Amino acid sequence: MAERSVMLELRSVSHVYVGRQGASLAVEELSLAVGRGEFVSLVGPSGCGKTTVLSLLAGLLRPASGEVRVGGREVEKPSAKVGYMLQQDCLLPWRTILDNAALGLEIGGAPAAARIEAAGRLLAEVGLDGTGGRYPGELSGGMRQRVALARTLAPDPEVLLLDEPFSALDMQIKMQLEDLVQATLRRLGKTAVLVTHDLAEAAAMSDRVIVLAPHPGRIRAEIAVPPELRRLAPTEARKHPAFQAVFDELWLEMSAGEAEGGEAG
Amino acid sequence: MNELEVWSGSGGSPGSGRKGGRGGRKRLSLSSVPESRLAELHRLYMKRSRRIGAAVLGVQLFVLAALLGLWEAAGRLRWIDPLLFSYPSKIAGLLASSSADGTLWPHVGVTVAETASGFLLGTLLGTALAALLWWFPFLARVCDPYLVVFNSLPKVALGPIFIVALGQGFVSILAVTLTMTVIVTTIGICNRFRDMEPGLVKVVRLLGGSRWQLFRLVILPGSFPVIISTLKVNVGLAWVGVIVGEFLVAKEGLGYLIIYGFQVFNFTLVLSTLVVIAVAATLMYQAVALLEKRIVSGGRD
Repeated sequence: MAERSVMLELRSVSHVYVGRQGASLAVEELSLAVGRGEFVSLVGPSGCGKTTVLSLLAGLLRPASGEVRVGGREVEKPSAKVGYMLQQDCLLPWRTILDNAALGLEIGGAPAAARIEAAGRLLAEVGLDGTGGRYPGELSGGMRQRVALARTLAPDPEVLLLDEPFSALDMQIKMQLEDLVQATLRRLGKTAVLVTHDLAEAAAMSDRVIVLAPHPGRIRAEIAVPPELRRLAPTEARKHPAFQAVFDELWLEMSAGEAEGGEAG
Repeated sequence: MNELEVWSGSGGSPGSGRKGGRGGRKRLSLSSVPESRLAELHRLYMKRSRRIGAAVLGVQLFVLAALLGLWEAAGRLRWIDPLLFSYPSKIAGLLASSSADGTLWPHVGVTVAETASGFLLGTLLGTALAALLWWFPFLARVCDPYLVVFNSLPKVALGPIFIVALGQGFVSILAVTLTMTVIVTTIGICNRFRDMEPGLVKVVRLLGGSRWQLFRLVILPGSFPVIISTLKVNVGLAWVGVIVGEFLVAKEGLGYLIIYGFQVFNFTLVLSTLVVIAVAATLMYQAVALLEKRIVSGGRD
């Protein structure tokens, strides 16, 4: 990692949720750096603050203490520099596929001709050439999530935050999309952080997997994926002999964390 | 019986074939039902549904004819007092003469204009107020109890105040109509604005959208179906507001005709005006329903 510059950085960040029931510590003194072009996954049991970390990176939440930096600048609010993919595709049902893909550009104030050109190009890139005039209701779940990917990529963000974007899909579609997302991000040189429940997905897609511990969220372990796996597409990585070792290590850390969590709770 | 079995058989096999991934064997069993047999089954199905449709229409027409006939007979044979209840041929005769000599149309024109401006303006103002409350949540919390009280109030009771304040005529009637439509519209549409799918709102926020962009791109277009259905409800409310308003102040209009007929004991006039109102209200409702169909189904699946 020494050779690449730091793209995303959390510096001893804590976050507190305040509500009527009181205040609770969601993330405590978490520090994390992601290099430019790196693909990092966050895994961990529920309550470990995975989604909180993504929201902090996206600027949806401000940390109670510590600093969140993207591209060397402190994050204050959501911006087009940071793309975010949700578990649901959240396409606007009354807009055509092309208009949905162009939503971010429209918000950013790009002229209509440039919007249509860029959105059309990205739709072709995610394998949806010729669907631009249709409506979300006419598309399958996998196709809709591809549109969401095109929409996220359209404003040309430097960083992609992936919040379990494959978890609602059927296995086969999910694996196709994993390949597509990884290949696209790699070709465009994007930095990515993936939050997932699926340990195999984390092992197959990432350069590095971070296991979080719950209550409050903190880093439990960090596992580097061996270079021979990183080079492969996720579907190929899953078949590689080295894959099982990474998966087992993740499994071990997760179960150890859960056992401790159980005793503590 | 036989038909039903064939139907369920041919309906089930393509589905299970797709689920299994390779449905070669299943598809074979589908092709064992010849094409001509499928076409025939479809024809039989269509024929039956047409027959039921025709039967419904027939019974509806029969009920209408029977009721009108009974009423006519009861009036002419003095089973009921024709002075109070009139009868269909008298009503039809009055309608024919008043529409032929043109005395009916100004009344229809005034009332339709009042009603149309009432429900259009009511929906527009209600939506604008809802937008204001959505934009300023603090204001919404402040206004909440006032809205609840005003909504439960029988708004017609405010009629005399409007007459004193705004004079006798179009403006007062419009004001009565607006009190009936605006608050209900505001409450309904504001709830829709607030209940917009959180995911869609989050997407716009994550793309760096401003509050105005959120409203323009998601909140307002996402609420169009609700706004249109509110428009439909407001057609009915506006008719109530206008007729009551005309009872109170008007010198022309269908509500005025009813009150006038009542005062001179001409119930043929009262009932014929009711017929005109029924026709006009139905046409207006259908026009809005048609608009709804075009807007709501416009592209969405």
